Amino acid sequence: MTIDNTPASSPSSARPPLGTTATPLKAVETTAFAGVFQREATLFRRSWPATTFGSIVEPTINLIAFGFGLGALVASVQGIPYIQFVGTGTVATAVLFSSIFAGMYDTYVKRYYWKTYDGILATPVDVPELFMAEGTWIAVKAGIFGCAPLLIAMLFGLPPSWGMLAIPFICFLTGLGFAFMGQWFSAIVPSMDAFTYVQSALVTPLFLLAGIYFPLSNLPQWVQSLALANPLYHCVNLVRDAVFGWQPAADVGHVAALAVFAALMCALSVRALRRKLID
Amino acid sequence: MTSSSPTHTTEYAIQLSNVMKTFGETRAVNGLTLDVPTGICMGLLGPNGAGKSTTMRMLTGQALADSGDINVLGLPIPKHSKQARARMGVVPQRENLDEELTCRQNVAIWSTLLRVPRRDRDHAVDRVLAAAQLTDRADSKASTLSGGMRRRLLIARSLVHQPRLVLLDEPTVGLDPQIRGDIWTLIDELRSSGVTVLMSTHYIEEAERLCDDVAVVSHGQVIAQGAPSVLVAEYAGVEALECFGSPDRLAMIEARCEELGFPSRRTGPTVSILRAEAIPLHVVEGFGEAIRRPANLEDVFVRLTGERLEG
Repeated sequence: MTIDNTPASSPSSARPPLGTTATPLKAVETTAFAGVFQREATLFRRSWPATTFGSIVEPTINLIAFGFGLGALVASVQGIPYIQFVGTGTVATAVLFSSIFAGMYDTYVKRYYWKTYDGILATPVDVPELFMAEGTWIAVKAGIFGCAPLLIAMLFGLPPSWGMLAIPFICFLTGLGFAFMGQWFSAIVPSMDAFTYVQSALVTPLFLLAGIYFPLSNLPQWVQSLALANPLYHCVNLVRDAVFGWQPAADVGHVAALAVFAALMCALSVRALRRKLID
Repeated sequence: MTSSSPTHTTEYAIQLSNVMKTFGETRAVNGLTLDVPTGICMGLLGPNGAGKSTTMRMLTGQALADSGDINVLGLPIPKHSKQARARMGVVPQRENLDEELTCRQNVAIWSTLLRVPRRDRDHAVDRVLAAAQLTDRADSKASTLSGGMRRRLLIARSLVHQPRLVLLDEPTVGLDPQIRGDIWTLIDELRSSGVTVLMSTHYIEEAERLCDDVAVVSHGQVIAQGAPSVLVAEYAGVEALECFGSPDRLAMIEARCEELGFPSRRTGPTVSILRAEAIPLHVVEGFGEAIRRPANLEDVFVRLTGERLEG
């Protein structure tokens, strides 16, 4: 068998090949972004049962345990039945867990052990395209996985509402920020062992200070102020407002906070990973 | 560090001029200058740590030179590295296949990343799988392939967009000799099809068999460049004499060679004497047990650098 390396004569390949002109390609190209995104989708087709199981079952167990366990002691919070209060809050937990851990562990393993990124960066894909696409893919999954607790809560009496249609988008936006944050951590930790510190010192306080299991209004004012810097707090409030009734002024603020968080984390992630991957 | 003009002569697929690259205190590439003419197979020959892999990474923009000029396919690097990467195939030293995907899926993903037009992708994937003799295993997971098949898949993946330049970083390192031959066949077919190949290696036989030209790299510099036969003739002559014996005898032989002006080198229990064809017969007889063999690139390398190649 010989290698045919003469250009194909089909009309589509008759056009000038990429790179024959001197014009620099754009910093972020949709073609490169789409290529990385498709790669993730292809890989997901192989691994979706395990990934989906973990991302959905864990928050669901949390929901049932807290909803029924504490629900027996606390009938309602802010006029909402406790299981519905927790059900809407657990959406944020599902988003957090399915995005920040994927960003941290997957990115670290692919960079350090599998050398996946060395291969991809030898194709016409640049660092921003690579990690923006991977972060977006994680966020898409978070957008879907985040809906699971809501569906479970509906089985326990949460009434459907039109606002619920916004939940996947809220989860996506939140997941985007946490996926980029995970990528960023993957680039700045000295080893995978250090992820334990991230989990204990950051992730746990984040979901405890987001108003998922209890309202923050009973806590000291300084804690409430601190919560404003917690992206998960904004996610929880947006989800509850989407389900129980929008509060336009506050919700625009929540969306803006999540968007700023995602943009900041994206910039930090790309900068740190470029330093790791480009010598 | 790059020139402002993006267009350069296409007579050379790769041009590196006085390129420097430092990692901390270590100077990995130290004023490396190399021109690779279009359409040849060029070997970068040197031991581990000579700067070969760093040079390869600078050609794709994955390492940035501290100074010097780099042009690939007429495009200045790193300014236009993305365009250059779209026109070249890169085979890494370390495998990075997607283990859970099939051969076909692995190549198909690369066809997307390498911008093969959508309507041509299936044909392109089939073509390179056939070239790599993997058609029968197209639907097998990469994790189930043998070492040789995996390496062929890596090469196939890098050819799916019909590149004009292929970079191969130690393409047969760690493979059995028989499997190495299969990879050599693939590379030789690639060269025959008109593709420019730049291949780093520390295997003498690989460089001699496959490369039209060899650049000997040591401590981040090209210290000699030319066709293997020309380099051997110039630096090692026609024959080498391998002398055996006790350490005292070998020391005596080395001293005698130095006295007569013949380059020699100690390799474990032997002394190799270069340009042996010119040594008078009575001198050779005085060396005791010895065998003649053709001079090779290893002799050239050791003569030029004082180092040995591995493998």
